[in-house]
Amino acid sequence: MTPTDLRPTQKLKDRPRSKTRLKSARKARSGVFTEDIIPLVLTSKSREIFQCVIDQDVTEEQPYKLIKREDIISDIKARGGTSDFYPFKQQILEHSTEDFLIVFDKDFKYGQSFYMVLSETMKDAILQSLEQKQDGKEEEEDEELSVKDFLFRSWTDLGSSIEIEQEKSEESSTKVKFMISRIRKEFGAPVVFDDRNDAETKDSYMECTSYQDNNFSIKKLERDIGIQAVKILEESSTQTEWTYPRNACTQYTPSEFTQEEKDEILKSEALNTFINSVALRFELALQQNEIMDVFYDDWRGLSDQDSTFGGKADCHLKEYQSFTDLQKSQGKRVNNIEWHPTILGLVAVSVVDHITMEDRMNLTNRLLRSHSYILFWNFTDPIRPQIMLEGPDDIYSFQFCPTDPNIVAGGCKNGQVVLWDISEFAHRLQGQLPAAKPETVKANLLPELDPVPHQEVPVAHHCAVSSIANGHKSFITDLCWLPDHFEITKFGIPIENPEGVCVQLVTCSPDCSILFWDIRRPKSTVLTRHEKQKMEKELQNPEGIPDTFKHIDLYWKPMHRVVLPKVTASGEYSPLKISLREKCTDKAYEKAQLNLAKNKGETPVYGNMDIPSNRDLTNLTEINTFLFIGTEDGEVTSVDWQVEKDMDTGKMTIPKPTQCYAIHDGPVNTVQRSPFFRDIILTVGGWTFAIWKEGVTLGPLLHSACATKRCQTGHWSLSRPGVIIIGREDGNIDIWDLLEKTHEPSQSQNISSLPISCIRPWIVSTRQHLLAVSDDFGTLHILEVPWALRHPLTQEKSNVEAYFDREVKRLEYFEARKILRREKKEQEEEEEEEEKPAPEVEIKTLEQLEEEAKKEHAAYLQEEKKIIFAQLGKL
Amino acid sequence: MELHRRGFRGGWRGCCQAEVEETLKRIQSQTGVVGIIVVNAEGIPIRTTMDNATTVQYAGLIHQLSMKARSTIRDIDPQNDLTFLRIRCKKNEIMVAPDKEYLLIVIQNTNESSL
Repeated sequence: MTPTDLRPTQKLKDRPRSKTRLKSARKARSGVFTEDIIPLVLTSKSREIFQCVIDQDVTEEQPYKLIKREDIISDIKARGGTSDFYPFKQQILEHSTEDFLIVFDKDFKYGQSFYMVLSETMKDAILQSLEQKQDGKEEEEDEELSVKDFLFRSWTDLGSSIEIEQEKSEESSTKVKFMISRIRKEFGAPVVFDDRNDAETKDSYMECTSYQDNNFSIKKLERDIGIQAVKILEESSTQTEWTYPRNACTQYTPSEFTQEEKDEILKSEALNTFINSVALRFELALQQNEIMDVFYDDWRGLSDQDSTFGGKADCHLKEYQSFTDLQKSQGKRVNNIEWHPTILGLVAVSVVDHITMEDRMNLTNRLLRSHSYILFWNFTDPIRPQIMLEGPDDIYSFQFCPTDPNIVAGGCKNGQVVLWDISEFAHRLQGQLPAAKPETVKANLLPELDPVPHQEVPVAHHCAVSSIANGHKSFITDLCWLPDHFEITKFGIPIENPEGVCVQLVTCSPDCSILFWDIRRPKSTVLTRHEKQKMEKELQNPEGIPDTFKHIDLYWKPMHRVVLPKVTASGEYSPLKISLREKCTDKAYEKAQLNLAKNKGETPVYGNMDIPSNRDLTNLTEINTFLFIGTEDGEVTSVDWQVEKDMDTGKMTIPKPTQCYAIHDGPVNTVQRSPFFRDIILTVGGWTFAIWKEGVTLGPLLHSACATKRCQTGHWSLSRPGVIIIGREDGNIDIWDLLEKTHEPSQSQNISSLPISCIRPWIVSTRQHLLAVSDDFGTLHILEVPWALRHPLTQEKSNVEAYFDREVKRLEYFEARKILRREKKEQEEEEEEEEKPAPEVEIKTLEQLEEEAKKEHAAYLQEEKKIIFAQLGKL
Repeated sequence: MELHRRGFRGGWRGCCQAEVEETLKRIQSQTGVVGIIVVNAEGIPIRTTMDNATTVQYAGLIHQLSMKARSTIRDIDPQNDLTFLRIRCKKNEIMVAPDKEYLLIVIQNTNESSL
């Protein structure tokens, strides 16, 4: 039951219309029979009961009647089967509406005179339609369209038919039929497509060119645009290289047993059995090795010795080049040759006048003006030297600094030590500039009497000279740089050299002293007034001398002095040549190359280097501080330059040399260590040469026989341990091969007619060994060493070592024999004495001895008495 | 005769250490022997005649090499075993005798190098 049923019925047209209602309404009007509408026959009795009498209650105007459900149900109950509603009892009970609509169906729309509407919706719809019919008569105008049934009218065209016509497509009456055919084989034929440039063929294309149409030239004065600010976004990415940690190195300590554990194990039974079982194998193996070496290749061992026959048997030294300078060196003696340590093909020679002392004194005024030079020869230019180093006096010995080949130190005839710095000529020496360059001429202050001075050859003046008063008193015969791995203090104690630069020199001279010099700035110099004056003078630098050694110029003092008192006699040794045991390390060569490559101005500034104080650096104990010396009198000795505490006096003095050997017949002119054995030394002097081993005090290992001519100089071969080269007075070179024969030279070759003054070999490459030989006439010969003399024999070093060891053994044997013989001699003398009967020697006490003495005395007295009485008796 | 004597001695529990010393000394006295090292199964030296650094180095390296050699031999033939290893070098010869628990290393200078 809906609330609308309770309310008084509204006008149907105001009721909300729903679709179902409309549908029902349509159904109702259409007269369709549905289950909701039941055609009903009402007898007259029923009509009277329900007041549905036709033309009384139910008229055309009001054809319906609402009957209450209760009434119907009570009717059904009362009349039972005779009720008109009885066949629909079920449906009436189903439908729970309170009122049922009974409608007089005049037209017999549903087949009977009445019909009953069961459902609500139908009821409403029918009521609505019935009301409309009634109302339609009242309000005709408004209700016309709604009340009336929808008339189906035909569609009236309002103008859209034209469009529809257009859209429509009609088949035209005439139909054209086309048939296109092609030969079958042309189907699927390969087609080659080609490009065609449409500009070539005319009218091959149609185009619609754009043109300015004036109709549409409306200037847009307003335009809608939208602006949006957008962040500039950029996509970028990075990928980091992920380096994962990796073990670069591991540090470990080995696991070890403690001493107790070791002892424990050593006692164990297992170890015992092991060792015993295994020892036999070892002994077998060891003895096998000892008996014979199974891996030695006999075939190859034979071949090496054969190679000397034929082919490479030429032992002759070939002349490679020779240098002489007509002005500077001709007629003078070449005293010293030095090869440049890093630049190949560069030799420096020092020339000295060889005139006697008398002549020197007579010509003193001349000598003041003629300078002495060191000439630098380059293989590329045999006529003119590369540069000349000028010194204050004749330079007897000079050497390149091992770590800095731009520094040259030389010793002069007057006892001064001279330093040159040739770094400005380094480029020239290396051959980067042409041989002659006029701009680098240094003008000599003093004009020379010689007609044509060599303007082209540049001259380098010395940078520093030592102080005359403090230096040597005689000419300096030998000069040596101390190696780069140590330096010495004021007392000669070697300390470590942190920079690895050679800064100290040793010089020796026949004035019986050996001096040590340092090229760095001295610690505290108390300058005398004279020296200060000199220093001021030197501030002007007229000749453009490099000021590398300004700090020591002219007042350079030696830092350590060694005097050489004689071993046995009084007096001192006068050393001519010295030799150090220590050699430069390999780093020296690298440093030399580095320093050479530097430009001027970058060289190590020696003026800024200070001599370190003794406490700063550690002492080096393993440096051999002995100097091996050859003297003017032909003696050979060795001395320690280190200051030691003297036992007797308690002062720190240089210990005396302990041994001395007077072997040579003339002054010793060469003392040289073998490049292969640091303790084997060659000394050449007089008419002989000798080989020594340091530490063996019994004598030389080898002392050669006297040669026919004096031996002027000697040198070890740089590549063969057993070869010595001796230069003689008659201009010959003797090659001694110690393994071949030791009583005479293996070969001899004449180089010049004048005495040889100096020999220096040099290794240029493995295929080229050169020998620089100079003579007393100022000529430098460069000879090439043949293969036989430069290629060492198999096992040559060990053979030579064995030879030296044998010699040492021989010396020891001789010494032992000497002692033995002496003892034997003494013994023989003793035996001679012992041939006389010896009294029995009894062990007696003092009393017994006294008694015996008394007895003797008594006996003696008795005898005397007897004799006297006899004589008296005679008388 | 030597084996007999040793075999007899092996059964006698005397002073084992002295015997060990004697044997090692005998080996050491052969010409050219540079050093002897006794190493345990892990490569830790027990007894040596050389300095500590060299000993430790030899012990570690030779031990590994001998293990490798032994495993090689056994790989080829499991019934076989390594009894003696001799390594001949330019300068010397190294001899190694392995065992279950110990290793004995002897270094000898050969004839070539002494020349």
